Amino acid sequence: MIEAKNVRVSLGGRQILYGIDFAARAGEVTAIVGPNGSGKSTFLKALSGDLRSTGEIVIAGRDLKIMKPWQAAGLRAVLPQQTVLSFPFTVREILRLGLLGGRSGVPVRDLETLPERALTKVDLAGFAGRYYQELSGGEQQRVQLARVLCQVWQPVVDGTSRFLFLDEPVSSLDVKHQLVIMEIARDYARRGGGVIAVLHDLNLTAMFADEVMMVHEGRVAAVGSPAAVLTDTTIERVFDCRLRVGRTPRSGVPFVLPQSVA
Amino acid sequence: MALVQNLPTTRFGRMRAAGDRSALGRLVIATLALVLVFVSLFSLTTGASDASVADLIRASFSEDAVISARDRVIIYEIRLPRIVLGILIGAALAVSGAVMQGLFRNPLADPGLVGVSAGAGLGAISIIVLGGTALGPVVALFGIYALPLAAFCGGLATTLLLYKVATRRGQTSVATMLLAGIALGALAGAFSGVLVYMANDNQLRDLTFWGLGSLAGATWAKIAAAGPIIVLALLAAPFLAKGLNALALGEAAANHLGVPVQRLKNTAIVAVAAAVGASVAVSGGIGFIGIVVPHLLRLSIGPDHRYLLPASALLGASLLLLADAVSRTIVAPAELPIGIVTAAVGAPFFLWILLRRRGVLDL
Repeated sequence: MIEAKNVRVSLGGRQILYGIDFAARAGEVTAIVGPNGSGKSTFLKALSGDLRSTGEIVIAGRDLKIMKPWQAAGLRAVLPQQTVLSFPFTVREILRLGLLGGRSGVPVRDLETLPERALTKVDLAGFAGRYYQELSGGEQQRVQLARVLCQVWQPVVDGTSRFLFLDEPVSSLDVKHQLVIMEIARDYARRGGGVIAVLHDLNLTAMFADEVMMVHEGRVAAVGSPAAVLTDTTIERVFDCRLRVGRTPRSGVPFVLPQSVA
Repeated sequence: MALVQNLPTTRFGRMRAAGDRSALGRLVIATLALVLVFVSLFSLTTGASDASVADLIRASFSEDAVISARDRVIIYEIRLPRIVLGILIGAALAVSGAVMQGLFRNPLADPGLVGVSAGAGLGAISIIVLGGTALGPVVALFGIYALPLAAFCGGLATTLLLYKVATRRGQTSVATMLLAGIALGALAGAFSGVLVYMANDNQLRDLTFWGLGSLAGATWAKIAAAGPIIVLALLAAPFLAKGLNALALGEAAANHLGVPVQRLKNTAIVAVAAAVGASVAVSGGIGFIGIVVPHLLRLSIGPDHRYLLPASALLGASLLLLADAVSRTIVAPAELPIGIVTAAVGAPFFLWILLRRRGVLDL
């Protein structure tokens, strides 16, 4: 369980977040959506401890502010939007960084093969020997996800659920790998972990999220199930764009097509 | 890349996994350790005098062989301290280069290029010129440690300033760092110039020779002054290795992985300032070891600091001893300051790196 109360962030004298209340439960994929510049990535950075924020952030019952980096690292792993490397690491060497804190939750004898298993998961089997810098943007993003998975491989350790923080995890991926990555997120939640993902794609959000928080100009605009949040009126108000939300015939999952613009 | 993917089976018959260069790292470290032993022995046996180490060893084990007092002095009081100092300083410069590059996340950071050596030099010059007057109390208080300590303070101040200027929100700009380094180096140079202007004839001669960089004045006293500081800084390096690896992903990501980033940065900055300060204090400005050595090693064993740092120490020591051998013999019986030798080799090498990497620099 991750809870945030009245989180405020100012950057360079400009207030970005005006008191966000937020909760993410283990066993669920929680999506944060909103227009560009709404503050959703800023909020995830505050949750990750990258930005100074006021208010309260509690992870697994403990205050983030008094947590040491290595304690937080055992409770959540963070996938950044983009990672630029300065030195020629191989993919395996990058994945090993995920094992740095030793809180993967797998027996020591399995640690050696964990990078391979993580790479297979993100559909990059056989890439361990490649240089990271030679990979395409989408492949690099999946390598980073594999590293993040290595860090908190077991969703639950000693009865404590762990979380994946994903900042636009599918932004540079083709459609197949968008689904692969979202399935990984859903699977992590099914096995007792928690996932918090900043997403741009409202359709993937509708498909995979259990809970959605929509952010608008630094404030929570709506929160609830995808069906409750993704409505004509909310989308028009928040995105300033008159779109009609459709429903898939059988399951009634909402979808938003740009073609529906009025 | 083929090299990385098809790593050979080790002698123990176990296939190394693709992309795993740790076995190669260990092999290179072991090889470099052997190389250093040979280079040291070679250094010990060559020189203007024909004093032979073999004779010395024979004399210490057998009553019959005699070694002249002159040869004993040459080996124990001239060559040996020079080799020990060379090893210490070569290791210190190469490791501080590697640590700085890890800290700034770019392969062009070098204490000599970004003004840290100049800052350390300013500290050292202050003691040389003002040690008898204004800074007399400092010298009285710290004795032989006054010079390396002052150089350490100068190096520390420059490194801290540089990091403050070049790093914004955990990201370092290469261009800002190099330019800020030029500015800080120039500033330290200006203050040093004022001090040089104030110096008397004797001090001037000291300063000139010291400024070019040389191991010529190596004595056991100098080793006693600079050695402990350098050794302490080198001992800190292994504790930085994992953190510096994580830092390659950026400060935020390193923090997410559980690395106490602020503590890591502080330790790295102090270690670099100590190693560079102590080196500059006793041997002046010896440039480019810190950039050439880690770069060469990254080409072979990769950027993993757990192997890069010890390998840098060993290769740095060997290269400096070799450069010293060149500086002693190339214009024999006179001596070329070693800083000239390392710059003559290192500067073109640096240009080569620049040309190779031009695409990825934001210059």
